[in-house]
Formats: sequence, structure tokens, C-alpha cells
Amino acid sequence: MKPLTTEEIRAVIAAGKLRDNLFKATGVFCLALALIVIVALVADMVIKGSDRFTLDFFLNFASRRATQAGILSAWVGSLLVMLVTAMAAVPLGVAAGLYLEEYAKRNWLTNLIEINITNLAAVPSIVYGLLALGIFVYQFGLGQSILSAGLTLALLILPIIIVATREAIRAIPAMIREGSMAVGATRWQTCRYHIVPYAMPGILTGVIIGLARAIGETAPIITIGALTFIAFLPPAPLSTLGDGSTAGLFDWVMAPFTVMPIQIFNWTSRPDPAFEVNAAAAGFVLMAMVLSMNAVAIFLRYKMRKNIKW
Amino acid sequence: MFKQSKLVSAFALAGMALFGAQAAHAQVVKIDGSSTVYPITEAVAEDFQKAKKNAIKVTVGISGTGGGFKKFCRGEIDISNASRPITEKEMAACKEAGIQYIEMPVAFDALTVVINPKNAFLKQATVAEMKKLWEPSAQGTVTKWNQVNPAWPDAPVKLFGAGADSGTFEYFTEAMVGKAKSSRGDYTASEDDNVLVQGVSRDVNAIGYFGYAYYAENTSKLKALAIVNPKTGKAVEPSAANVENGTYAPLSRPIFIYVKADSLNKPEIKEFLEFYMKNGAKLTKEVKYVPLPASAYTGNLEHMNKKKLGTVFGGHNEIGITIEELMKREAKM
Repeated sequence: MKPLTTEEIRAVIAAGKLRDNLFKATGVFCLALALIVIVALVADMVIKGSDRFTLDFFLNFASRRATQAGILSAWVGSLLVMLVTAMAAVPLGVAAGLYLEEYAKRNWLTNLIEINITNLAAVPSIVYGLLALGIFVYQFGLGQSILSAGLTLALLILPIIIVATREAIRAIPAMIREGSMAVGATRWQTCRYHIVPYAMPGILTGVIIGLARAIGETAPIITIGALTFIAFLPPAPLSTLGDGSTAGLFDWVMAPFTVMPIQIFNWTSRPDPAFEVNAAAAGFVLMAMVLSMNAVAIFLRYKMRKNIKW
Repeated sequence: MFKQSKLVSAFALAGMALFGAQAAHAQVVKIDGSSTVYPITEAVAEDFQKAKKNAIKVTVGISGTGGGFKKFCRGEIDISNASRPITEKEMAACKEAGIQYIEMPVAFDALTVVINPKNAFLKQATVAEMKKLWEPSAQGTVTKWNQVNPAWPDAPVKLFGAGADSGTFEYFTEAMVGKAKSSRGDYTASEDDNVLVQGVSRDVNAIGYFGYAYYAENTSKLKALAIVNPKTGKAVEPSAANVENGTYAPLSRPIFIYVKADSLNKPEIKEFLEFYMKNGAKLTKEVKYVPLPASAYTGNLEHMNKKKLGTVFGGHNEIGITIEELMKREAKM
């Protein structure tokens, strides 16, 4: 083969650079497209809903008059349902992930469980709603309550949390475990003082991604019987009730409720076009809730990573 | 975990400070069912709760007429919103569970056939023409306006209609085609009527149907088609007056609430119903539905006090029944 001349080498490099730049441009274009879509959506909601961003909108209940209708019962309902979901899904999910990674023997049964968990993440949410309607609402007699809704969504995001926990644990170098065991720590102590703390940033990310998905879910919540018009809030713990008695610490979990996506859906399907403004404003609020959850996750992850010194 | 428990108590504290005074173990009136009846019941619930200063609470859900009756016959709710009379199957389910009920018509819903405002050739239509356009055998064959009526132009028809699960679809097909749920399938169907409003308002050759309220809120974008009353032979436009005097037939229908008889022993339910019948006409108008004549509301209260149990329909829907006839009839469980 004849050696290449300087000219030819330059040409090859130039062609390579051109391809490089072409790919870069394509990448930037794709990114811009995705960004433009989300910016357009948010801007559309902000512009349409701008008339409703008042304190009253957050402190008023639903109403037939668009200008007086607010999202109080919806955002309180969404927050409380998320609280129950997190309380149920996080301990279960983290413990299950920890067991599968650190304790379970590698055999056909664990393999089967693993495959099933991955598949569960792809089950349509309405199926969870139907399951929950049968089990939580009727079998366990929990009724159409915040507790039922929270547990339903907990089931829905359990696979996400388990998978995230396992990924986070797997990223910890084996030498950490070996070092801990070498100085005489039991498996439990190794998990308690090393594995879980080091995996925490990853676990948290999974938890928040799961919760962010759950907060926008409508189908399973409608299936178990969330309401559309509800102009009162669940009883606050230890508050004085109408008949003079005091509410228990956990009375609120059995209360009827509605959530943000249901409120938004109801407003978009009403005859009066004025409600579209409310729907846009509520949509923006829901989006802000999801974004701020993601922001918290990123912040916590950043803070916790700083503390890990391997 | 520790962080979360802190969060819980923070929220609880905030909650108590903000809403402590409002929270109360009040009596609750539970309502569920049709999305068509929902706007009326919601308006009543809103005003009732305000009038009672939140001492009595009302919850209203939307799970469709069928879904509402399921819950009703399981005894889970006090009142069921229904855009059609109770069916035989549902009557049997209620009977088995020992649930007795009182049927109360609360308003008219006038199904409205709408066209694009730029449509110049359509002034009115007969039931026969509507049948030609919507019957199952029209699927794929009737695609031009002149196939329905030779006087109409040779232009494509664009159809918009209710989704197959709605009571609107059931009633429209029964009234126009002659058999409930019998319709061609090649049209744009949506459960969300606003989608249909958009569709018809953007296409000159479009025709669609939905509840009167959606037309009333969008009169600038749509034109309502007058339908020829088969009894009088006169074309009648949908309007509050024509619905009330019964000339807008056969597309106007009464819509109902069903009240569990046992719930009437609770004073809060009785109070709610009294409020409903007293303010029903005013609120119905406000949410763009057509109210019943005043005698129907007082009649409902009489039926409540006399405990007139059961339905006057015997498990079947009827087309073109007048409200006076309906109130007079003997009810059966």
C-alpha cells in the first residue's frame, strides 16, 4: 500500500470532522426538539392559566363558577396520597431490593422473581387499579379512601424502587463489602453501615422518579373511586371535629378525596370554555409539583454524594 | 425515614394551623353516577354545603350511569345520578341487595345535532334522514351528503358522535336509528364532548351530536340543526322553550337522580333533597340545562314524603315521553 500524502491525510481528517459536526448538529436538533415541546407546553399552560394564579385558586374548593373554582381539595389530596404511597413503597421496595442483592441465593427462584419484578414495571396502571378495587377497597374494607389510593400507587411504583435500589447497590464496589466483613462485621452490619448509606443517593433518585410518576396517575385512582366534587378536607390530626370530639392521628387516611389529575380532567371536559383556564393553571401546578420533586431528588443526591468518601 | 417522619409532623402542623377549624365529622351525603347529571348535582351540592355552613357535607363522583347504579345497588351511596332510567338488570341487582329507591327526574337534557356555522344547505333534518346517515348499514356506503337527500350537495360527510359507552350514544341511536346502541362505526367518536365541538367547528361538512349544554356554551362556533318532530311534522330547533313545551322531540330526554329509600331516614339527606327540588330549576338553568316545569319538582318532594318507591319505566327507556305523563304514572320496584 502506498503511504498517504499529507493532503490525503488532511482530507480524511476533514471528512471525519464533517461527520462529527453533522452528528453533533443532529444531536442538538433532537435535544432542541424535545426541549421546545416541553417549553411550549409549559408556556401554553402558563399563558392560558395566568388569570388563575392567585392565592384563592389554591385555597378554594371546586365550584361550578370557573373564576371561583380552586384546587384546594385536589392538591391536599394529591400530597396526602403521595405521603401514604411513600410510607408504604419505600420501606418495602428498599428492603426487597436489599434482600435480592445481598441475601438471596442465585437460583432459579430468584431469577424468576427478578424477571417478574422487571415485568411488573410494564403492567398498565389500570390493572393495578382493578386489583386494588378488589383487594383494598372491598376485601380489606378500606373503602374509597386516601389509604386505598396510597397503597395502590405504592404497588405501582414498587418495581421502580426495587430496580433502582438494586442498581444503586450493584454500583458499590465489592471491596467495600469484603473490607467490612474482613474486620468482623456481620452481613446486617455491613448493610446497615455501608451498603445502604452508600446506595442512598441512587435509592432516593428511584423513589422520587417513582413518586413523580405516581402523582400524575389518574386511571387507577378513578378505578378505586376518587371523587370529583369534594368541598372539604380530611380531618387534620388532633383537630377538633364538628361534634366536639378530637380527630385521631390517622383519621385522615380513611377520608374520601380527589387528586390533581382528576380535577384537571374534569375541567377540560366541561361545557363552559372558561374552565380551560382552570385546567391550564392546575396543569402547571401539577407540573411544578413534579419538577420540584425532581429538584429535591437532584439536590439530595448531590449532597449525599459529597459525603461518600471511598 | 427520619426525614419523612419530620415531614409528616410538619405537614400535620401546617394542616392544623390552616384547616383545623374547618375539619369536622359531619354527616355526609354520598352521590355518584352519570357525568351528564353531574353539573346539576354539583351546583346543588356546592350551594347546599354553603347554605349549611359545612355542617353537612356532600361528595359527588363521576363513574357513569352504569357505574353509579353498581355502587348504588351495593348500598355504597345515597343518591345515584342517572342520564337514563334504571334497567331491568340493575333493578334485579338492587332487589337482591334489598335496596329500595325513589326515582326523581331533575332536568331535561336535549341532545343537539350540530353543524358548522358556514354550512349553508342544511336548515333542518328529519328522523328518517338522520337514520339514513347514522344506521349501521350506512357504514362505508353513505359518505356524501347527496346520498342522504338528493337536494344536498355532492360533498363528503364528516361525522362526529358520542363514544359507545355513554348514555348520550344510547339515547341518540334509540331515538334516531330505532334501536339502542345501533350505529355506524366509521365516525369520530369521543367521550369528551369538547373534542366533538372542536371537530365540528373546524369542518364545513361536519355534523355531530352531544348534550345541549355543550352547544349552549359554544353557539359562536356551532349551529344547531332543527329536527322535524315526527308527530307534528314541524322542524323544531333545540331551545329551552321548545324542550320545556315538549315540541323538541324525540331528542329531549329527562335525566334523573335515584335516592335510596333507607337514606331518607337520615335528616341530612332529606334536607339535601328539599334544597335540590327548591333550587333545582334555577341551578339547572345556570349550568345550561333545561329545567323541568315547577310542578315536577314539587311532585318529586311529594313522592319523597309519600315514599313512592320504584321506577315508572319498568326497566326500559322510552322515547318522547312527556314529563307530566311521567310524574303521574304508577311506580314499580
